Amino acid sequence: MDDLYRDYILDHYKQPRNFGELDPHDLEALEHNPLCGDELGVHIRVRDERIEDLRFHGHGCAISQAAASIASEELKGMSLAEVGALDADWMIDLLGIPVSATRRKCALLNLKVVRGAVTGDHAWPA
Amino acid sequence: MPPAAESLLDVGADFPILARRLNGRPLIYLDSGATSQKPEVVIEALAGHLRAHNANVHRGVYPLAQEADAAFEGARARIAAFTGARPETTIFTKNVTEAINLVAYAWGRAHVGAGDAVLITQMEHHANIVPWQVLCRERGATLRYLEVDERGELSLEGLDAELARGDVRLVAFAHVSNVLGTINPVAEMTARVRAAGAVSLVDGAQAVPQLAVDVERLGADFYAWTGHKALGPTGIGVLHGRREILERMEPFLTGGDMIASVDFQGATWNELPWKFEAGTPMVAEAVGLGAAVEYLESLGMDRVRAHDRQLTAHLLESLARVPGLRVVGPPEAERRGGLASFTIEGLHPHDVAELVAREGVCIRAGHHCAQPLMRCLGVGATARASVSVYNQASDIDALVGSLLAAREVFALDAA
Repeated sequence: MDDLYRDYILDHYKQPRNFGELDPHDLEALEHNPLCGDELGVHIRVRDERIEDLRFHGHGCAISQAAASIASEELKGMSLAEVGALDADWMIDLLGIPVSATRRKCALLNLKVVRGAVTGDHAWPA
Repeated sequence: MPPAAESLLDVGADFPILARRLNGRPLIYLDSGATSQKPEVVIEALAGHLRAHNANVHRGVYPLAQEADAAFEGARARIAAFTGARPETTIFTKNVTEAINLVAYAWGRAHVGAGDAVLITQMEHHANIVPWQVLCRERGATLRYLEVDERGELSLEGLDAELARGDVRLVAFAHVSNVLGTINPVAEMTARVRAAGAVSLVDGAQAVPQLAVDVERLGADFYAWTGHKALGPTGIGVLHGRREILERMEPFLTGGDMIASVDFQGATWNELPWKFEAGTPMVAEAVGLGAAVEYLESLGMDRVRAHDRQLTAHLLESLARVPGLRVVGPPEAERRGGLASFTIEGLHPHDVAELVAREGVCIRAGHHCAQPLMRCLGVGATARASVSVYNQASDIDALVGSLLAAREVFALDAA
């Protein structure tokens, strides 16, 4: 089996979970990966300071799409404070594949979008 | 059908880097559109200059300084002759981006005003978009785009229609598109621009390494190109300008070397081309680029073009065998430079580039600094393979093999 393009990565890429629009929504953000022009947006519905539901939309490579799909399942139910504290290691660990320096932004784009929507901080996750 | 080997150049041995391996496999470099590899003669010229002839230029009295002067200005003369230009109208810049900024600042701010228009095309690199956006915003001018048709080409009628509006001051366009590969009809376009009383700027970044470029014959008022895509070092670009225009222009960057004299309150400008070269220039890089053009001349630019055209034909034929692959730009090799950008259904360009790299194959993936064009093409990104003098048909065969393997990793045939 391929080290990077594992079965579950390809599965999430080909059939991404929680993709589409979510209306109405309370929070949203849209970000670009400057390396490749890939675009990823998120709609988030909040209830009692928690992510009740969310949807990603946009286009990107297998790494960025799978990362968004896998993260979406974890993010549901998370408190906004918890989301604000998520860092790059959380996402890389969750992805479970060796991410090279050049693909790091692919893996982290979704977290940048979600944190931007929740906290207003649009910096790349460290 | 691969091209007959004897009709291609066979100069890979001149490029030391091609002997190295990547991911345990021979390096197959198909990203010359981003930057070319360097022949030993260029590396040696650069290092040899620093080893034996280094001194600052234009100011030393001692013999070593005279050697540096002779090397630097000798390189300028050789580089100018290579592109059919005069040394005094051949200005060294850092790269094409800086050359275009030079024109946008030093010419544009004096000649483009409110109500005027700058015309560029939908196929431009960001380097030939953003300086004009900034200029137009600052001056209250309009930036308009000449459309790219479904073949990836510009229309001369479209250019005529834009020029007929009477407000266009400058038309800037690529000689060869870095995404589509399209070779634009430069001479026909510059003649129309001149007849309309406007000024032309041609971005020759992709053209100079592969076509015989004669800036006089092309009729461009400004023609910019860069060393590192033409087998030379990074850090050196070239701007050729029409003498009458350059003479009337104010300088771009100011400081040392570009002055005739300085007093407490003012200064007068040096002659061409030094008026536009503030500060210590890129001496060793100029010497390296001089060696690069000498090397290209030794191969013969007609043979370089024939080599690239044959490899591009083979590239287009070979890519057509990959299921789900779509090439953008003109379908005929003779209408394009040595590159092909493509998408594969179900496989993102980033993943394509990652997977083929495992086989030692280097290609580019992304928006190629041409995001407006990507929007016109309706794609976020493409993969791009580009060839140079050192490539062989077998490099393209290796690319195609690795593309088929990439489809297998993504199980595209199973779906």
